[in-house]
This record gives sequence, structure tokens and C-alpha cells, in this order.
Amino acid sequence: MPVKVMIPSPLRPYAGKRDSAEFNARTVGEALGHLTTEFGDLRKHLFTEDGKLRSFVNVYVNDEDIRYLAKENTPTKDGDTISIIPSIAGGVPAME
Amino acid sequence: MATTVQPQTGAKPAASLSNEEILRYSRHLIMPEVGMEGQLKLKNAKVLLIGTGGLGAPLGLYLAAAGVGKLGLVDFDVVDSTNLQRQVTFGTSDVGKPKSEAARARLANLNPDIQIQSFETQLTSANALELFKDFDIIVDGTDNFPTRYLVNDACILLGKPNVYGSIFRFEGQATVFGMPDGPCYRCLYPEPPPPGLVPSCAEGGVLGVLPGIVGSIQAMETIKLILGRGDNLVGRLLLFDALGMKFRELKLRKNPNCPMCGTHRTINKLIDYYQFCGVRGEEAPGPTVQVPEITPRELKARLDRGDDLFILDVREPHEYQICNLKGHLLPLGELTRRVHELDSSREIVAHCRSGKRSAEAVDFLRKAGFRKILNLKGGILAWSDEVDPSVPKY
Repeated sequence: MPVKVMIPSPLRPYAGKRDSAEFNARTVGEALGHLTTEFGDLRKHLFTEDGKLRSFVNVYVNDEDIRYLAKENTPTKDGDTISIIPSIAGGVPAME
Repeated sequence: MATTVQPQTGAKPAASLSNEEILRYSRHLIMPEVGMEGQLKLKNAKVLLIGTGGLGAPLGLYLAAAGVGKLGLVDFDVVDSTNLQRQVTFGTSDVGKPKSEAARARLANLNPDIQIQSFETQLTSANALELFKDFDIIVDGTDNFPTRYLVNDACILLGKPNVYGSIFRFEGQATVFGMPDGPCYRCLYPEPPPPGLVPSCAEGGVLGVLPGIVGSIQAMETIKLILGRGDNLVGRLLLFDALGMKFRELKLRKNPNCPMCGTHRTINKLIDYYQFCGVRGEEAPGPTVQVPEITPRELKARLDRGDDLFILDVREPHEYQICNLKGHLLPLGELTRRVHELDSSREIVAHCRSGKRSAEAVDFLRKAGFRKILNLKGGILAWSDEVDPSVPKY
């Protein structure tokens, strides 16, 4: 059973409107690598140009923040859920 | 573990309820978890709501109904008819009125026994500390990053709890920041996203019930803080997915290196939050591309003359259903993939709702070699204003 990556609504337009995707991965970094390979438009929303996870995107393995684990090197095991939690301000913009 | 928030300021606390109040709050009083003691805590509590919109509506209604003795309402906005789909404090007759005052009037009608103060002002670094100091709990029901960081920092500087809620389309988040041993907003998100990376314009809107649910969760957390009952959301981020109808929670840790609430605070006063968030105005003004334009009146005249113009509508299909100019629908997000559908030898007029998305489309197509292409200035909104008022605005 692979690792499940939950894609939050604000990022779904860049992920083929999918709400989750599953990958075989041993670490969080590997799973996010697979994700951004499959959905290239997601890359700039998750990573800076030098490949670091953006500071306004938090990533959790199950309910733990990877900043307090081993960051992108945090190991994952089958059945784990990785959640990407971007900051949302709220508000209801009209369309442009 | 339950945490009680003690009233911090003000006159001598109320020690009893009138007979009318006892009757009004009887369904609270007969619960041992509230009782006379809890109801008096509510009566002596002072809660400041930042924003009286979608989140503020259930917050104001439930906190007033529950008998929170003093409510402050901060909002500088005016009620407009697009608010009524979710901001249930307001009625149709409130359109055009200041929100803080319309909300005050509604809540005063709901509960005349409480004190309600409206502040028709924008929360700023200059007034936040002064506004917050007379209240025990601050509830963040705002809609933009600068104000969220401002509310957070002011709460930490004053040592006040910040009951947080946020929504996006079908998803909500809620937690409680600013408790002595708990994290703050900056522990969760040290920095806001830059304006260019906020969700795309094709993703506006919200289901009206969502802020009702998230605001109600904030109201519940506020009341629990006042009563000192139950387990509140300190150190937990509650995520709500309305489409999947699922609640999940994530652990929020206090960051020992947090510049605001960590062991070595480096932010000791309120800053310029618009600069911090990289936005100058109310809304992030995205980079506007300069492209050749045509006004709605010019377009009308040319169509009436029988000019061969190809109208390209770059909005989404569900917007086309609201109203359209009988153009060829090709959403901006699909333009790169479907550009072959367009004939570069024909003269093209691109439009969207307001003219911004279509400006991007025109810019892209010009770079792709299209020469005869114009952007409809002001989009379908301007078309409705200047040419055909029967076209609805949305």
C-alpha cells in the first residue's frame, strides 16, 4: 500500500483537479518529488527555485508537522497520509 | 485540559442575573457545565470580533445569543448584495449600510441585555493595541493575510487568546492561538505567500454555509475559553472538508524559535503588515499586463458595422452559463493546450469578467504570434455598464 498525498483545494487547479494522489515513496521528499513530476504546475507552488519547500506551505505526515520530524527526509511507510496545508486567508474573491 | 480566560479589565463584575436573564438563558443554566457560574462568566466576558462578514455572522449571532456581556465589532466595510448569500447577520434592507453598525443593530435586537460596541474602522498597526486592550478574547474573522498577522502579533504582545478561523471554497481551518503555552499564527506560518502565488482567479467563491460552520466552531471555542470547559483547539489545527464532510486535525507545535512567541522574541512592536505581505492595497493587485484594448462601445460599433471579429471568452464554462457575449469559450487555463483552435489570421477580441484574465490571454497569444488581437476593456462587467444592461453582473 503506497503513501497517499492529500492535495488541498487551493492547489487542485495545478494538480488536474485531483484531491489526492498515491505514490510509492520512502520519504516525504520522494513523495512530493513524484507529485511534482506528475503535476509540473504544482512545483512552483510548493518549492522555491532552489528546491526548498516554501515557508507558507506546511507538510504533515499523518498529524505531525515534518518541520519537527526530519523535514523532507522524514521517512514514510505504506499507508501514511501526507497532507499539504497551505495558508489560506479566507475571504471570497470574485472572479476577475 | 480546560483553560479559563479571566476577564482582564473593566468595571466590577456582575454577580447576578435578572429574572428575565435567568429565563432567557435557562437552557444554559440547567446544564451543569454552564450553570449560574458559567452564565455569569459569559456575562462578564468581553470579546472583540475582527470582521463581521461570513465568519463574523455566526460568531456575532451565537455570542450575543449566549449572553457574552460585551461584544466589540470591527469592520470598515459596507454591506453589499453579494454578501447576503453567507453573511446571515444582514438583511436585504442593510445593503449600503456600514457592516459594523448593521451587525450591531441586529445583535442588539437579538439580545438587548448585552453591550455591543461597533468600530467602523480598518484594523491597523496604529489602532490595534488600543482596540484590543479592553477585551479578553480576540476572534479573527478576517479575510486577508496582513490583518491575520496583525491580529496575531497584537494578541501576542497583549497576551490575549486569538480564536482563528479561515475558509477557502469548500475547506475550513480553525484553531486557538495566543494561549500561554500554545503556538501562534507565526509558528504555523512564519511568512505569508507572496501575492503571485495565492490561488488563481478561476477559483473564487465559497459555499455560503462553510463560513457558517467554521464561524460556529470559533464561537464554540470562544465560549469554552470563557467557561473554562472542555478541550479547546490550542495546539491543534482543525481541518474541515465540506465536500467530503470530513473533519481532521493536525498537531500544531509552538516553535521555540518563533520571532513572535518564541523564547527570544525579535518582534517587539506592530509592523507594516501590508509591506510584510507584499501587498499595498486591500487586495493583491496582480501584475497588470499592458495589451492592446478595445472599449465595449467601440466593440459594439464594430459589430454593428458587420466587422468580422472573433469573440474569445476566456472564462470558465460555469461562468459562461451565467451570461455571455456568444463568444468562443476557451478558459484561460486551457489556452496553451488548445491554442490551435484559434485562427491567427482573424481579428480576435478576448474578454473575461473584468478584463484581467483576458489581458493575460492576449499577452500570451501575442507572444505566440497572434497580431490582430484586442482585449475587451473592463470585460463583461463594462459591457453590461456601457452597452447592454440586460447582461447580468456577477
